[in-house]
Amino acid sequence: MTTMTEQTTQVYSVFIRATPQQVWDGITKPEFTARYFYGSVLDSTWEKGASFTGWAEDRSQQYVDGEVLESDPPHKLVTTWRALYDPETAAEPFSRVTWEIEAAGEHVTKLTVVHDELEAAPKTAANVAGGWSYILSGLKTLLETGEPLGN
Amino acid sequence: MMPDMDDDDRVFRALADPTRRHLLDLLYERDGRSLTELESGLEMTRFGVMKHLRVLEAAGLVATRRSGREKLHFLSPVPIRLIHDRWIDKYTERRVSALADLKTTLEEKTA
Repeated sequence: MTTMTEQTTQVYSVFIRATPQQVWDGITKPEFTARYFYGSVLDSTWEKGASFTGWAEDRSQQYVDGEVLESDPPHKLVTTWRALYDPETAAEPFSRVTWEIEAAGEHVTKLTVVHDELEAAPKTAANVAGGWSYILSGLKTLLETGEPLGN
Repeated sequence: MMPDMDDDDRVFRALADPTRRHLLDLLYERDGRSLTELESGLEMTRFGVMKHLRVLEAAGLVATRRSGREKLHFLSPVPIRLIHDRWIDKYTERRVSALADLKTTLEEKTA
């Protein structure tokens, strides 16, 4: 099922000059996410079983929601994922997003994002493909320079 | 301050090799391939392909994932996005796209 692989498992990695804790904070703290995650603020306690919601910065609209499946700060975070910004993706079942954070040298951290279980969510699979590159490059730029991507 | 110099060096060096660009194209066509699959598309030893994949992985252009006994390779275009923002978007996007349009138009005419 080769064409399935392309759609249903997506893996992105990025090396960031920061500590694992800084990367964890960049993913989980709304004051950071607002600056690179399409302006969204993420609300959650990030404990296993907790829900999470990604909002527009003024909280007028929900962008994503899901549940924390696994939480091991600052090493690993697994959540279910549903994109609510588009009625077609919102109607699809939850997929899964795994954030893996590992030290990769002195003050360098490798962040890997795996978005999978997209078998029943083809619209979401197509929709997020460019988005993760944008988000991860934005997170890297923010953590390394203190500035979001310029544009 | 040049915070991205090392990263850019690694990415440009990785992209400077035609075999490595070909490997990225293979993953673009179909993502999540094993070494054996990638090797079959190239006239090169398994060891040679592994070396190229390691360079791509170190540059962040390829991400890997274990699936059972296999290691699967995924195109990770994050560094290309960063280069786009750093080198293309900021200074020259309009001019580059005008030239790219011209090139496409001229090549379509001759095709």
